[in-house]
Amino acid sequence: MTLTVGLEHYLSLSAILFCLGMVGIFINRKNVILILMCLELMLLAVNINFVAFSSFMQNIQGQIFSFFILTVAAAEIAIGLAILTLFYRNRGSIEVDQSTMMKG
Amino acid sequence: MLENIFNNFADIMFFAFSAFLLIGALGVIMSKNPAYSILCMILSFFNASGLFILMGAEFLGLLLVMVYVGAIAVMFLFVLMTIDIDFAELKTGFAKYAPFGLFVGAVLAFEIIFAIQGGLFSGLNSLQETAALSGAEKSNIEQIGAVMFTQYVLPFLAVSIVLLIAMVGAICLTHRKRTDVKRQDINKQLSRTREQAVELKTVKPGEGI
Repeated sequence: MTLTVGLEHYLSLSAILFCLGMVGIFINRKNVILILMCLELMLLAVNINFVAFSSFMQNIQGQIFSFFILTVAAAEIAIGLAILTLFYRNRGSIEVDQSTMMKG
Repeated sequence: MLENIFNNFADIMFFAFSAFLLIGALGVIMSKNPAYSILCMILSFFNASGLFILMGAEFLGLLLVMVYVGAIAVMFLFVLMTIDIDFAELKTGFAKYAPFGLFVGAVLAFEIIFAIQGGLFSGLNSLQETAALSGAEKSNIEQIGAVMFTQYVLPFLAVSIVLLIAMVGAICLTHRKRTDVKRQDINKQLSRTREQAVELKTVKPGEGI
């Protein structure tokens, strides 16, 4: 057993996670809640990248940046869910396809 | 010998954590009921926090549990419970988009992993070993604090403003005045005079008003 988990393993993992999030956005196109959750998964993948680089380069700044991403993700989800609630209250559904009110 | 066992243990933990992380992510995008999706997301976040701790970022690992599981997942559940939607109907386009989505995702994942395994970052692994040998380090949270409150103090404050704006924005967006609910209006109560409220009438006996 000489296998040691290196940076490549973490980067591959985060690439797979990012693509899973992207596929999730593609196949759950109608449901806004699931789209927001897939967005969270993609941000998590980015965070894993940052922390992996920070850990393997012995440079703490990656973790600082990851902290900021975490904060912005929380703010984004708060606003996103508020808009979702508003959308549901006005339209009675959360289908993205139906949000064509602004179309000429 | 002991170091070998510990290294192997860390490897095993990496694969366990990442397997459950990916299972959780698959559950998020595949499950029929969004409540299960949220629970799978919580599983993913717990395992990601395990990975962070494995990498030596204890502070961020615990922060991930607090922020994502404690705040974001609960917020998702809360919103999901308050809206009344037939989620099975929202799932109808699944088969239509699945082939295209899977194709794009597989191509992108293959490309990224191909680039990574091609040795794009192979120089960094040796770098870590030399740095780890130097020893005598501060703890993770001390390192973060030393940088965040000196070099990054302005972004730190800016992020607090972002959170404040998010809070105010969420309240502004969802707050509404409902007309079908009786509310107490202090101004109206205090501005009432005796003349508006009481009327004196002289009633003659036997006649009524």
